[in-house]
Amino acid sequence: MSGSLGTLGGQDVVQEQVRRALEGRAVDWRSRVFEGFLVFSLLVSFFFLLWLLVSQIVASMPVWQERGLIDFITSPTNSNPDKAGVGQGIFGSIVLMFIVSLLALPIGVAAAIYLEEYAPDNLVSRTLNTVIRNLAGVPAVVYGILGLSFFVLAAEPITGGRTIISGGLTLAVLVLPIAIIVTAEALRSVPASIREAGFGVGATRWEVIRSHVLPYAAPGILTGVILTMARAFGETAPLLLVGAVAGSFSLPSSATVVDRLSGPYTSLPTIIFNWSVLPQQGFRALTAAAIVVLLVIILLINAVAIYLRNRYARKW
Amino acid sequence: MTEPTTDRGPVAADVKADSSKEAGQRVESMQKMKVDVGGGGERRNPGDETKALFEVEDLSCYYGDFRAVRDVSMTVPMNRITAFIGPSGCGKSTLLRWFNRMNDLVPSAHITGSIKYHGVDLNDDRVDAVEVRRRIGMVFQKPNPFPKSIRENITFGARIAGYKGNMDELVEKSLRRAAIWDEVKDKLNQPGTALSGGQQQRLCIARAIAVEPDVILMDEPCSALDPVATLKIEELMFELRDEYTILIVTHNMQQAARASDETVFMTMGEDRAGYLVEKGPTTEIFTNPKHQLTEDYVSGRFG
Repeated sequence: MSGSLGTLGGQDVVQEQVRRALEGRAVDWRSRVFEGFLVFSLLVSFFFLLWLLVSQIVASMPVWQERGLIDFITSPTNSNPDKAGVGQGIFGSIVLMFIVSLLALPIGVAAAIYLEEYAPDNLVSRTLNTVIRNLAGVPAVVYGILGLSFFVLAAEPITGGRTIISGGLTLAVLVLPIAIIVTAEALRSVPASIREAGFGVGATRWEVIRSHVLPYAAPGILTGVILTMARAFGETAPLLLVGAVAGSFSLPSSATVVDRLSGPYTSLPTIIFNWSVLPQQGFRALTAAAIVVLLVIILLINAVAIYLRNRYARKW
Repeated sequence: MTEPTTDRGPVAADVKADSSKEAGQRVESMQKMKVDVGGGGERRNPGDETKALFEVEDLSCYYGDFRAVRDVSMTVPMNRITAFIGPSGCGKSTLLRWFNRMNDLVPSAHITGSIKYHGVDLNDDRVDAVEVRRRIGMVFQKPNPFPKSIRENITFGARIAGYKGNMDELVEKSLRRAAIWDEVKDKLNQPGTALSGGQQQRLCIARAIAVEPDVILMDEPCSALDPVATLKIEELMFELRDEYTILIVTHNMQQAARASDETVFMTMGEDRAGYLVEKGPTTEIFTNPKHQLTEDYVSGRFG
């Protein structure tokens, strides 16, 4: 180097060498190919979602045109496709969500706080963590069996057997491990330095958790729990086992709240399952319409979760 | 001095009382003199009108089976800045975190030997770690303000300690003492995390002194700061010395030389356990060390 700096010609040579080295890979094919593969993967997943949405919307058009949205989402189930609607299903699903959020939310959050903030890091707590992760992966139908044997049969005096209360309890148990996992992850995202800061000014463990860890983790917990709810909203199999009606039923218009909670019930996904196996042509469009309603509701729930996450997102 | 935030018993009150008057005069004289950071400020002689606040006896610190620090015996004088220097991994921070039981939060950490504070063994089973931390505050390596307003950063500690006085006064007093009041007085409701790194660290110091501790532990408080912010923190330490005892871990030898009264030099043995090589007045450690290892380190030949 130092020798070539002596003359102007030497400098030109160096400049040319540096230019060639720097410009050598103007087109990096390997990274282009890799990028293309990544985009393709994204499109594959996106394609099926889009295809599902478009095909169901197209198939459901007769329902919207002939019946209208309001009539469809308020009518009760009926064996006549011209009169059937998803009103009972929406009502049932909302009540189920209510029961789930009443139970799975506080219990899941409390269990996660214990696991993350209090439990010593030993064999027992590590085993518990693993078990919970496995429970989250257990097929929903297994929870249906559990709900049937426990809530419907063993706890019949309390739940009233095949009622919406048993259904809600079963779904709550189903999503409990997921609620624990999402809460634990939100708690873990609060940096250890914040806890140290709290302890450093003489706060007790509870004061640190209540005043700092929980408030800072709250947006994450909320988002996670809402997504958990969306998961419960779409479950069908366990409900079929614990007594959701997969056919048509009707309650007298004079039915009280108690009647509705202790009588026959159904949920939106249960209705979809039921209609999809019926032979009459008219139910094809109805099934598609119910799917569209379900998808829209789940997308709305997710939109709320995303909004809350962005609204309260915290930078450390 | 205003009222203490909590009832700390007679010990702490006495300690503050007997030095407060003199302390006030010293602050004035020091401000006139302006701290000479290049030459090491207004240094104080060891043993001069102060007594040992901490007595460390045969302290070894472990993480599980690993011994991180071995056989440290020393005293830490009251109302002095004691700096801990030494190469990375020699256990300075580990040792510091045992002075306020911060290592309780690390399940595998344990010790043999003892650290006595006013003659009380800090790790005695009957001693409440929360109460220890209320008296022995801490400033951490990375500024870690709560992601709440500047005001709430200050009031949190006082609130949980049951402070009954005027919170606005406490906020102003703490921020003034941490030399950050003028910069934040118009934005007390803005989040502490929105400040610059140096301001955040001074906010953390204000947060620590808002609960009126006796001691402030500083674990490399300037390692994430630029030289100007570092200088501000060092000036602040000199001012705080009159009311608090300060223990500071630093990687920066110039900082130890500038801003401490006493220096503890630690290094790592062949068993990877840190140990205390030499402790003495800062001027002596840096100009006339007794131990060859110390001389090599402070002259930059090692570490």
